[in-house]
Amino acid sequence: MEQLTCSNLTLGYEGRPVLSGVSFSVNEGDYLCIVGENGSGKSTLMKTILGLQKPMGGTIAFRNGVRANEIGYLPQQTAVQKDFPATVREIVLSGCQGRLGKRPFYGRKEKELAALNMEKMGLTALEGRSYRNLSGGQQQRVLLARALCATQKILLLDEPVSGLDPKVTLEMYGLIERLNREDGVTIIMISHDIAAAVQYASHILHVGHETFFGTCAEYRKSPPALRFFASEGGEAQ
Amino acid sequence: MIGTLATYLAFPFVRYALVVGVLIALCSSLLGVTLVLKRFSFIGDGLSHVAFGALAIAGILNLTDDMLFVLPVTVLAAVLLLRTGQNTKIKGDAAIAMISVSALAIGYLLMNLFSTSTNLSGDVCSTLFGSTSILTLTKGEVWLCAVLSLSVVALFVLFYNRLFAVTFDEDFARASGTRVEAYNLLIAVVIAVIIVLAMNLVGSLLISALIIFPAMSAMRVFSSFKAVTVFSGVLSVVSALLGMLISIIYGTPVGATIVAVDLAAFLLCCIAARAKGGK
Ligand SMILES: Nc1ncnc2c1ncn2[C@@H]1O[C@H](COP(=O)(O)OP(=O)(O)OP(=O)(O)O)[C@@H](O)[C@H]1O
Ligand SMILES: [Mg+2]
Repeated sequence: MEQLTCSNLTLGYEGRPVLSGVSFSVNEGDYLCIVGENGSGKSTLMKTILGLQKPMGGTIAFRNGVRANEIGYLPQQTAVQKDFPATVREIVLSGCQGRLGKRPFYGRKEKELAALNMEKMGLTALEGRSYRNLSGGQQQRVLLARALCATQKILLLDEPVSGLDPKVTLEMYGLIERLNREDGVTIIMISHDIAAAVQYASHILHVGHETFFGTCAEYRKSPPALRFFASEGGEAQ
Repeated sequence: MIGTLATYLAFPFVRYALVVGVLIALCSSLLGVTLVLKRFSFIGDGLSHVAFGALAIAGILNLTDDMLFVLPVTVLAAVLLLRTGQNTKIKGDAAIAMISVSALAIGYLLMNLFSTSTNLSGDVCSTLFGSTSILTLTKGEVWLCAVLSLSVVALFVLFYNRLFAVTFDEDFARASGTRVEAYNLLIAVVIAVIIVLAMNLVGSLLISALIIFPAMSAMRVFSSFKAVTVFSGVLSVVSALLGMLISIIYGTPVGATIVAVDLAAFLLCCIAARAKGGK
C-alpha cells in the first residue's frame, strides 16, 4: 500500500536549486535509505517531505490515511539542544504535541504512549535523567522515542548513527530494524554508510550527480553503487 | 531596622510597590529559559532601548499615562525585530543593534531638547536605572501592571507545553503541525509586555538582568524544564522582594539592588552546582 509519492521534485533555497528530478514512492513497511555525498541535498529532501519548506517544483503526496503531521522525525542534531535543561521524559512526551489538538496539557493517553516508547527504546531507567548529560547514543534513542510518539506509520531519520561508536551504531540499526520488521513502521533514513544501507534497506535512493531509485538488489548493480564498491575494494558481496 | 520597615509598610504605596514588584519579577523570569536557549536575549536588550526611546517621547508629549503609549510601540518593535532576526539576508544582530542604539540616542536627544524638567540628568538616570518610579506608581498603573503580569503568567501556563516544544526543537514542532511562527510571535509580544512592565521596577538598562539571571541560575542547578521554570520563578520573586526590602531599609536604588541580589543568587547557584557535581 503506497504511503508517499514524490514526483519530479526540485528542491532548493531562495530560488537556487540544489537537487532536481527526484522521483520515488514508498510503500507501507518499506525501509528506504537515502544516500549521497555531503551537501547533495539529503537533509533538504527530508525537510521538504516534512513540509518545513516548499518544493520549487514537482509534487509530494501522502496517501492511504497518512497525514503530513503524522510523521516521526529524527533530525540531524541541532546546536540548541546540546545544553537544554530537560529530562528524557519531558522530551519524549513532547513527541505527542501533534495529538494535543486544542488541549493545553498532555493527558493520560499521551503519558502512557510516552512510557511505552521509552520502554521500547530501553530508556525507562533513564526517564528522570537530564538529556544534556546523556551519551550520544542515549540521546539518539531519546529522539527516536520522541519520533515514535508522533507516529506509528512513518519514521524519517536523518543520519541516526552519525557520531556513534561501532557497537552503539549496531544497536541503533537493530532498534530501527525491529521497528520496521515487528511493528511494520515504514522507515526513510538518510545514511552515509552505504554498506549498512544495502544490508538493512529494502529500497535505496541515491541523490547527487546521478539519481537512482530502486530496490536494494537493483542498486547493487547500478553505476553509482558499482563505483562506490569498487573504491571500497568490492565488499558488496 | 524592623521598625523602619514597619513604618514604611504602613504606607499603601509601598505595599502596592511590593506586590507589583513581585508580580513583575515572576513573569519576567518565566520566559528566561526560552529567551536564552532560542538566542533571543538580544531582542530583549534591543527592546529595552526602544522602550526607553518611547518613554522619552511620552514624557515630551506630556502623556498622562506613559504605559499606554510605550506598550504598543514596544510590542510593534518586538514584531519587527523578530521579522528581521529571522531574515537571513539582513544581518539580524546588526539590524537590532542599530535600532536599539538609535532609539537610545534619539530618546536622550529628545529629552534634552524638549524637557521642561529642571533635573534632566536625574530624569534620564531614573529611566535607565529605575530609581524610585516603582514607589510612585498611581493606582491605575498598579492595576495595569497586575493585570498584565497575571495575563503573562496565565498565557505561560496555558502554552507551557507548546513553548517547551518550540524552544527545544522548532523543526520537529513544525513537522508535528504546531504553529511555530504564531508562538514565536507570542513570545516576542510577551517579552515586549514584560519589558515595559519591568521598566517600572528596574529601569530599562537593567531589564535583561531580571529576565536572564533567574533562568541562568536555575539552569545551573536543575535538569528538568519544569524544575528550572518553577525554580527561576521562585528565585526571581525572592530576589526582587529581598532587593526591594533592602533598598527601603538602606535607601539604595531599587533596580540596582534587585539586580545585585540576582547576581548573588546566581553565584550561589554556581557554587551549589559545583558542590553537587563534585560529589
Ligand atoms: N538554510 C539554507 N539556506 C541556503 N542553503 C542551504 C541551507 N541549508 C542547506 N543549504 C545548501 O543546500 C545544499 C544541500 O544541503 P543539505 O543539508 O540538504 O545536504 P546533505 O545532503 O544533508 O549533507 P550532509 O550529508 O552533510 O548532511 C548544500 O549545498 C547547502 O549548502
Ligand atoms: Mg544532512
